[in-house]
Amino acid sequence: MGSSRGRSLVLFTLSTLLLVSIAGGFQSDELLQDDEEFGLEGGRPAADPALSTPTRPPIRRRPDPDLLSGSPDSKSVQFSLEHQFGGSGFFPAGTFTARLKSWSHGGQTLTKLRFSRNALTEEEKGAFERLLKEDGYYTIRVPSNVLTAPGRDFVVSSVRARCIPRESLDEHFIIHTDGVNIVAVNYGSAGACQYPRMLKYPAKWSFTSFTVLKNSEQAPRTPTFAEELLAGEDGLGEGVKPPEKSFWAKYWMYLIPLVFIVLNAMTQAMNMPEEQTAGQSTQAQRAPSTTVRRR
Amino acid sequence: MAIRACLGLMILLVFSSTISTALFEDQVGLADWHQKYIGKVKHAIFHTQKTGRKRVVVSTEENVVASLDLRTGDIFWRHVLGKIDRIDQVDITLGKYVVTLSSGGSILRAWNLPDGQMIWESILQVSAPSKSLLHVPANMNVGKDNLILVFGGSSIHALSSTDGQIVWRKELSTNSLEIQQVFQPHESDIIYALGFIGSSEFVAYYVNYKTGEVLQQSKASFKSGFCGEASLASDDVVVALDASRTYLVSISFRNGVINFQQIYIPDLIPEFSGKATLLPSKYNGILAVDIASSIVLLRVKGVNELEIIEKINYPSAISDALPLSKEQQAFAILQHDESRIHFKVKFDTDLTSEVLKETIQMYGQRGNIEKVFINNYMRTDRTHGFRVLVVMEDHSLLLVQQGEIVWSREDGLASIVDSTTSELPVEKEGVSVAEVEHSLFEWLKGHFLKLKGTLMLASPDEVAAIQAIRLKSFEKNKMTRDHNGFRKLIIVLTRAGKVLALHTGDGRVVWSVLLPVLRKSETCGNPFALNVYQWQVPHHHAMHENPSVLVVGRCGHNFDAPGIFSIVDAYTGKVHNSLVLEHSVRHIMPFPLTDSTEQHLHIVIDDNLHAHLYPKTSDSVKIFLDEMPNIYWYSVEVGKNIIKGYSLEIKGEQDMAENVFQPKELWSIVFPCESETIALTATRKMNEIVHTQAKIVADQDVMYKYISKNILFVATVAPKASGEIGSATPEEAWLYAYLIDTVSGRILHRVSHQGAQGPIHAVVSENWVVYHYFNLRAHRHEMSVIEIYDQSREDNKDVWKLVLGKHNLTAPISSYSKPEVTVKSQSYFFTHSVKSMAVTATAKGITSKQLLIGTIGDQVLALDKRFLDPRRSVNPTQSEKEEGIIPLTDSLPIVPQSYVTHALQVEGLRGIVTTPAKLESTTLVFSYGVDLFFTRIAPSRTYDSLTEDFSYALLLLTIVALVAALLVTWALSEKKELREKWR
Repeated sequence: MGSSRGRSLVLFTLSTLLLVSIAGGFQSDELLQDDEEFGLEGGRPAADPALSTPTRPPIRRRPDPDLLSGSPDSKSVQFSLEHQFGGSGFFPAGTFTARLKSWSHGGQTLTKLRFSRNALTEEEKGAFERLLKEDGYYTIRVPSNVLTAPGRDFVVSSVRARCIPRESLDEHFIIHTDGVNIVAVNYGSAGACQYPRMLKYPAKWSFTSFTVLKNSEQAPRTPTFAEELLAGEDGLGEGVKPPEKSFWAKYWMYLIPLVFIVLNAMTQAMNMPEEQTAGQSTQAQRAPSTTVRRR
Repeated sequence: MAIRACLGLMILLVFSSTISTALFEDQVGLADWHQKYIGKVKHAIFHTQKTGRKRVVVSTEENVVASLDLRTGDIFWRHVLGKIDRIDQVDITLGKYVVTLSSGGSILRAWNLPDGQMIWESILQVSAPSKSLLHVPANMNVGKDNLILVFGGSSIHALSSTDGQIVWRKELSTNSLEIQQVFQPHESDIIYALGFIGSSEFVAYYVNYKTGEVLQQSKASFKSGFCGEASLASDDVVVALDASRTYLVSISFRNGVINFQQIYIPDLIPEFSGKATLLPSKYNGILAVDIASSIVLLRVKGVNELEIIEKINYPSAISDALPLSKEQQAFAILQHDESRIHFKVKFDTDLTSEVLKETIQMYGQRGNIEKVFINNYMRTDRTHGFRVLVVMEDHSLLLVQQGEIVWSREDGLASIVDSTTSELPVEKEGVSVAEVEHSLFEWLKGHFLKLKGTLMLASPDEVAAIQAIRLKSFEKNKMTRDHNGFRKLIIVLTRAGKVLALHTGDGRVVWSVLLPVLRKSETCGNPFALNVYQWQVPHHHAMHENPSVLVVGRCGHNFDAPGIFSIVDAYTGKVHNSLVLEHSVRHIMPFPLTDSTEQHLHIVIDDNLHAHLYPKTSDSVKIFLDEMPNIYWYSVEVGKNIIKGYSLEIKGEQDMAENVFQPKELWSIVFPCESETIALTATRKMNEIVHTQAKIVADQDVMYKYISKNILFVATVAPKASGEIGSATPEEAWLYAYLIDTVSGRILHRVSHQGAQGPIHAVVSENWVVYHYFNLRAHRHEMSVIEIYDQSREDNKDVWKLVLGKHNLTAPISSYSKPEVTVKSQSYFFTHSVKSMAVTATAKGITSKQLLIGTIGDQVLALDKRFLDPRRSVNPTQSEKEEGIIPLTDSLPIVPQSYVTHALQVEGLRGIVTTPAKLESTTLVFSYGVDLFFTRIAPSRTYDSLTEDFSYALLLLTIVALVAALLVTWALSEKKELREKWR
């Protein structure tokens, strides 16, 4: 059940990705299966020319109405993303919106992450171009606590600016959370980053963002041995048997020498049919005499 | 095809390694050695009973109590107490028990003097661990049940010395009381206990020895305060130092009336400046004061009258008083004069003349004398003879008698801080080997003996001779490099700042040097040794030069203290260069890069996170600047729960000129304080070699290992569960394990273990990490394994892609690419708690790996990595079985034969170091603690060489016999044929 849902999720993400990325080289991986939510926001489908203009005003995403009027155990939270081009300070770059779900046992988890990125200003574009030229670091940060931003500290992540441009500026966020705390944000290109890094400008100066929210998973526990044995017995009947190997695959190591021997014998038999008979007769004569003498 | 054959061979090897690699009894000591140490001696008690052999009982800073042979220095018995069980004091009671007080005065134990058996143990209720005193009354009539008094905190305990029962206990009902002196005037039942309350009040108690009743108590406060040191001058006068350490305060407490009298030290000793220290001594009316430049002996004539008797210039040391008779006491003064030591013994009755005066020539690097313990004996002419036990600056222990060093123990080796290895010099043409190897005749004789042994013809004597030959084989102790890479130098750095080179053949000390920069000096008051690194490993360009090591230290325990560098020749121990750095040392990063003279580049990160490059040559700077864009580093701030990643950048001209680089923060990971605290970080060894990136799994499938040098394993625990096991409930305890890429700061994997807590030990190697922790739910220790595989190269399995060259196997891997990894993990129960963990390392990384686990019993257990395979399942398929997957079990097996240390114990085990030998199958293992143990192990058995005890003679004999048989049979058959023909 769970796996089929996961599979459908992957299918969905794959199809979405195919729609979005023209490069087509992007493939989904297993990481996405475990993800709480796969939000795709700010990524503009290339088919829509109206949205792909780089000078689009920043969208401030409002919380969904259903989030506001939703169940009392969840509420919407917002936290901002800030970025830095090289040495200068941090500037706002976008807003994450997530739903904070409270559990009956007191824990809180973030779910349903949405992200809206501000469009790049001309100044920022210039700064980014400079970064690309000098192969510098593009740095982002988010608060370490979503409720009391910035919390204790900011969670920082950087990437070489040259890793980001593809068709547009493709970025990929993985936010590792622990309750309302953000432990780390992994920021980078959406796919591979070639080394050596070539200077390449994007066709469109807008960000295509992929965001993933991750909570920690429980370690797989070794079930106690008895349980495992039972489970093993159950599974034994339906366990897939290894496919039966072909006769050749099983016995080739015996067959080859056999063939050799046969071939050898045949050639010998063909070469010297007469001498063999002669030799046999002499041997037959000699054999009894030796036995006699030994006695 | 060759690869396939190779794999087949590998699988074969893997299977063959299931057979345990235990030793036979006669193989012990062939490849391994074990050395026993005790550590720096704190107290020494001489056993003066006439019966029995002469011994000395010592307690050390490594929490060892040991009995040593006074004639040879050998250990009769020894006990290593726990790491937190610090020994406060040691004494002898009833003439047959050694009494130790430890753990801040809360544990009192008695050991049998002849054999070290524990007789009894008493746990005392002490409010807070504090300075504690042990008082064993020197009783004249032994038949009486003696009481042992323990003063600790604000209470007195009296225990019976025969069984350790608490006879009485008295609470002195005062907080912050610190008893300084306890004494019992001759033949009285009253104990005098003198001490300070807080820092300004002096208190004297008169306690009944038998009942514990406080007979009298008097207090008086002193307005300028005490520094907490006091020395008993006579039965009613005690001398203390005031808080500023510039006034001596003599306190008389006769009949409960306390009087203070201040004496300004410069008035007494004109050259005094700075701060004085009282030396703990028990002389009649004599006081020893340590003023920075010398030791001054003062006679206490009255309450306010002190007189200088003698000034002993530094460096020197003075012993406690040794009572010879009721009136007379003797004490020893040792004084340095360059390489000589002047040893004087004086009686306190007559200080002007010396009873004994000797000069000892001191060889080797031992530094100054730190402590002296005096002992007397009867000479053959019935006069008093004296010998002293001397503790040197390098923690070694010497016995000096009749102007000679009778024996010495290199006990600094009990406190190894760090170690590295160095290759020995290559055997050259000019170097004659004949000196070390024995003659051809001896060689033949040896082999003949061995042959006899193999054919079971040898007599018991000859068997013993064979064993002796094997044990002290000259081959293994040579000072040159060998073919298999077994002979190396282990260079160790001890806490005392001494560097020693040990030969792997027999563990002897090849050279030792007490580093001058790591000794106490005016510029560096409190130096301590940190690490040792390989500085120069010549192998291509600078072959004629000796390799050298870099020793790093710090002037003081704070991170901002200036750092210390010293470069030491690895063959001779000569100090090439040493300096006190202008900056502090927080991290050191050795680089694989070398400059033109094969010196390794090192980056030192100081307290301000600035990076300094060493060696400071233009050559190295050039090499470094080329690589700088690809250099990343991280710092773990344990207290703040933050891990930060940095790159380096140059800001301004000045930095460039001074080779200082600024950090640029690239990433940070902030662990939430309320739920996680960093417990442990672990990384791969930088010099580890991985043979193959792919792992062939069942059904001819391939998995690509995610091999990155930049993997950091971090374990965090719940703050509530960061204490000892049992301090938290399973619901409050959890453990998070992280795998972090230190270049990009990516969390590659994050997993939680509920109900788990520390202490955590981890080892990272290739693409896996194994960690050990305690599972509170299961009440057992557990070991988990995480293996991480790369998915991005899965496509390469397609043969056509390989053929057409469309694979990405040769493409450089960038940490900035989005990692596509899969993780496999599994947990197993493990019986032991662990002190240290390591993994075997081989030259090419082909041999299968073993985990080396330092167990709680101070042994090293080798556990095959295959037991910690996450792919183990209950019913492995046929193909999985062929691959060598072991069926899943609940817990990891402990095979008794797989103890690397066989029957030995490496007491106080702290670290296990593995070094690859040149022979692929073999790993050298060096484990250290209070003891040292070295051996070499072959995780998949020695598949690439004949064993050492292989009998070449037998092989030769067999060949000769075969040839002879061949000749004989040939001759016979010739004859026979001839006869046949004549027939």
